Amino acid sequence: MSRSRYAPLAVFAALIVLVQLVTGAAGKSQYLTQLTMAGYYALPIVGLTLLMGYAGQISIGHAGFFAIGGYLSGFLTTYNLHELSGHWWVRAAAWLRLLSAGQDAFGSPSLVVRAWPACIAALLVIALVAYLIGKPVLRLKGHFLAMATLGFGTIVYRLVLGSSLMGAADGISDVPAFHLLPGLAISGKAAVRVSNYYIAWGLVLITVLLLGNLIHSRVGRALRAIHGAEEAATASGIDIQEAKLKMFVLSAVLAALGGVLLTHYNGGIGPSEASILKSVRMVAMVAIGGMANLWGALIMGALLNFLSMRGSFGSYDDAVFGGILVLIMLFSPQGLLRADLARRVLGAVMRRRKEPVT
Amino acid sequence: MTFALFLQYLVAGVTYGAIYAIVAIGFGIVYNATGIINFAQGEFVMLGGMFAVTLQAYVPLPVAVLLAVLIVMGVGALVEILFIRWLDRPTVLRMIVITIGLSIGMRELALLVWGEGVRSLPYFTGDAVTALSVGDVHVSPQVLWVLGTVGVIVAFLLFFFGQTRLGRQMRACAANRDAARLCGIDARGMVTLSFVLAAGIGALAGCVVSPITYVQYDSGTNLAIKGFTVAVLGGLGNSAAALGGGLILGVIESLSILVLPAAYKDVVAIAILLAILVFRPAGIFGNAATARLQEHA
Repeated sequence: MSRSRYAPLAVFAALIVLVQLVTGAAGKSQYLTQLTMAGYYALPIVGLTLLMGYAGQISIGHAGFFAIGGYLSGFLTTYNLHELSGHWWVRAAAWLRLLSAGQDAFGSPSLVVRAWPACIAALLVIALVAYLIGKPVLRLKGHFLAMATLGFGTIVYRLVLGSSLMGAADGISDVPAFHLLPGLAISGKAAVRVSNYYIAWGLVLITVLLLGNLIHSRVGRALRAIHGAEEAATASGIDIQEAKLKMFVLSAVLAALGGVLLTHYNGGIGPSEASILKSVRMVAMVAIGGMANLWGALIMGALLNFLSMRGSFGSYDDAVFGGILVLIMLFSPQGLLRADLARRVLGAVMRRRKEPVT
Repeated sequence: MTFALFLQYLVAGVTYGAIYAIVAIGFGIVYNATGIINFAQGEFVMLGGMFAVTLQAYVPLPVAVLLAVLIVMGVGALVEILFIRWLDRPTVLRMIVITIGLSIGMRELALLVWGEGVRSLPYFTGDAVTALSVGDVHVSPQVLWVLGTVGVIVAFLLFFFGQTRLGRQMRACAANRDAARLCGIDARGMVTLSFVLAAGIGALAGCVVSPITYVQYDSGTNLAIKGFTVAVLGGLGNSAAALGGGLILGVIESLSILVLPAAYKDVVAIAILLAILVFRPAGIFGNAATARLQEHA
């Protein structure tokens, strides 16, 4: 439990507060909306950093998990069970206080699943799906793993786009707020903007804290051993399949959690959340952060997501992320946020200056 | 369902399958030279169609197709020279990410240049309603153009790799790069050539198929996944097997419409890919090339 491990967390927490205070003082508190969304998008990125950076396994389908989470939770909390209230399972769910009765926009009675059980159900389903997908797929390597996860992502996209139950091209809308605790709800209303900003980034902070512990545990060392050399890791008695699978499921659940909460925050979700470009975007953020660098991925991811949602890249939005991927992997595969990069660039400049003299 | 309708779907499946085969062959050519699966292979097909549609407004159709193929070959060469050539023993993960980035870059550029619209070349012979009828089955002449072109491409590649000096040099580099270099073969040039060749056949396929399937800025990704499925089915580096795999996939996909909503057509193809990867990782025709891909990766 060295002090140095918790210092970045404290700095990060201070940064979260500072950003809120500065935007508040500058009268730009509307920025907090995009920052909150960036916080939910940061969850899949953190999970993917574990999978790609530490376990060395690529996934180009994590937007699929993000979207399934959001869609499931959105569907459960909006699908009206009133017509089915005679069925025993609906009555059982009502008796377990899993359902919430009310009125829909037209004044007819509605009966939907509460946000908490919907969220938990979505995460459990994702854990199961990730386990079933990951178990066979993680035996593949390199190009095969990349294509298989890309295929998974495409299937999810096609399914949500093609199914009328999931709203087809329109997606799901009118998703209710998520009442976490009495008086504390995830909702896009301007009145609760500040509290929602702290909910999102507080959650990211807790996640990073927990994952930090994981990385420095026996499991984390096993993962890094797998990344380094699978054969050597196996020889040392590490069950690499199981370690990879655990990371895959964990990263999928984190992605889904981001999807669930963002759906409640936005009040809806559309098929574009499941698109391949979203998955590629996540990979780009992990890459620019430096693969095995939680803080790098988190900071660069938040920055890029924020700029992207502010519309800073205009119609070049996806092109920017494609360009980032290529440039980072060409020139600095270890990411942008590393000390020696600045030193090397500086060194190169200095050398060039000296050249005419020598 | 009538037998004639079944045959009609079969013809459609064969047409799409032939294009998947060309993408798979493109994967194989680049893979054998470099050990890289070029995720931007589908974008070459898209670019071929797009350039030809634009040029066709100014020059006759055959010239437009020829120019489009040459331009995309140039793009292939540029991709290799700018992004691949100077990397020193890159990891597989790094190459995957770079070629995915390139494919996104190309489709976004296409979006900026050509917009979101769906485009197509005119039918090479006749028009959309012209059909050769055999009994109750009606086949567009364009289908024959596609099958003929794909056949010529495969025959050309078999001849090129089997009989010509340049083709043999490329194969030598694929087999053992260092030994080939010692024999005085320009190994780097061969790698560039592999990208040029893959881009060229992709672009040509993109031109002949565009009257039937249309072309849009984002048609590449789908083609890449299907092409990879075919490569896994038929193996990398064997053009004839790729053709067989392509036709099988195209027909299965086309016939799936009979039992599933058309919106899930792509899901079927990808489910096949996942199933093969899980149950038969060495491929259906399980050959050495695919096995080697696994080791490398």
